[in-house]
Amino acid sequence: MVDGSANTGTPKGPLRRFLDLPPDSTPKTLFVAVTLCLFASMVVSIAAVSLRPIQEENKLRDKRINILQVAGVYDPSVDVAEAFEAFEPQVLDLATGQFTGQFDPRTFDDRAASDNPEISHALTDDPASIGRQANFKTVYLLRDDSGAIDKVILPIHGYGLWSTLYGFIAVEEDGNEIYGLQFYEHAETPGLGAEVDNPRWKALWRGKKLRDDDGTLQITVAKAPPAAGKDFYVDALAGATLTSRGVDNLVNFWMGSEGYEPFLANLKAGEI
Amino acid sequence: MAQKHRELLVDPLVDNNPITFQVLGICSALAVTSSLQVAFVMALAVTSVTAFSSMFISMLRNQIPSSIRIIVQMVIIASLVILVDQVLKAFAFEISKTLSVFVGLIITNCIVMGRAEAFAMKNPPIASFIDGIGNGLGYGFILMLVGVIRELFGSGSLFGITILKTVNNGGWYVPNGLLLLPPSAFFVIGLLIWAFRTWKTAQVEEREFKIQTVEAH
Repeated sequence: MVDGSANTGTPKGPLRRFLDLPPDSTPKTLFVAVTLCLFASMVVSIAAVSLRPIQEENKLRDKRINILQVAGVYDPSVDVAEAFEAFEPQVLDLATGQFTGQFDPRTFDDRAASDNPEISHALTDDPASIGRQANFKTVYLLRDDSGAIDKVILPIHGYGLWSTLYGFIAVEEDGNEIYGLQFYEHAETPGLGAEVDNPRWKALWRGKKLRDDDGTLQITVAKAPPAAGKDFYVDALAGATLTSRGVDNLVNFWMGSEGYEPFLANLKAGEI
Repeated sequence: MAQKHRELLVDPLVDNNPITFQVLGICSALAVTSSLQVAFVMALAVTSVTAFSSMFISMLRNQIPSSIRIIVQMVIIASLVILVDQVLKAFAFEISKTLSVFVGLIITNCIVMGRAEAFAMKNPPIASFIDGIGNGLGYGFILMLVGVIRELFGSGSLFGITILKTVNNGGWYVPNGLLLLPPSAFFVIGLLIWAFRTWKTAQVEEREFKIQTVEAH
């Protein structure tokens, strides 16, 4: 290799000699790799850390909008945080169906809870394909003017075709009549499974009953009405058999004995 | 110089289009074109990543050791993609929800890497930046074309605004469900490539072999 500066006679410092190395030499290769990685990781972490508060805010807002929508009180012109004041969050012990004071409902993280082995359990019978279920869930109460419970908003989730669907179901104060159902996070096929977001389909849920007079869970999402009758039947989505089946499974799971059944029974009995 | 830059910008739109001519970035074109809004944001994201990654790679091109050049390019591209993902999550939350994993998959978009290898490693930063913008726009152009066809006939709307009222919503239009599924984009892109090559015959590749005519003895 011809190096013009080598013949000038002036001795070169170590830095100069390093910079003059060809890019393919081992020290230069290592130098480029390390510097670039350090720099890139710095840029990425600064972005992640500085944008996190805004992202958390977005997520919270989105979840609250969904709670407002499922309860039928969403008004885009009203500030979300303000409208949300009407709801009373409570952490529910699923096994007893009573609220627990162990956690602060404003900070309790449902998703983290289902991964925490101390307050969750693995499911053996798992129709909703969720793997682990938390022992506690954050539920939201909407009270009427007299202070009596008007609706309860219960978080539900389960597997559809491609993704876990996360949503809320709003149940009337009798613990049996559905007011609304809505998913706020899923990755089902647009136009097919993602029609779970279609307002016309969501409207089908209003007024449906969970249980018949004997207390048997009857609600179904199916292509034809079940023997129990139309009160318990939501028409499945056309072209989305597996998503519909997933919704059917997850609603039945969460409304059943492993889910909110004890709570809904207490609600019906007026023991909340 | 200005003339050259203009060419860099305009050339990839049709003549040297990354999707229809270079046939790169097909996978993401299949995934994100079922709705126009998503396709539009994806096109913006890819354009900015391609432009900035090309620029940074070009700035470093004389320092990048050839033995690790692909990794160096990937590190730069990946960092930019994470940056875009974070920004979308902060400032365009609704759209980032629908784009979900596809933003992250820009890393694997062959256009970004292709431009880095083919152009940015040999050209100065400004030209590389413009080349990145041009190729991003070329990608976006095809994405929008495919998006218009898929959203209009698949869901009866454009940018979420109802054009053909579908049966599900009490209208008359029975949407074509196939168009909402990724394979349909294959057909649409295939037809587009055919149309482009019929129009711009220079894009037609030479046959790799010629079928011999049978000679009678």
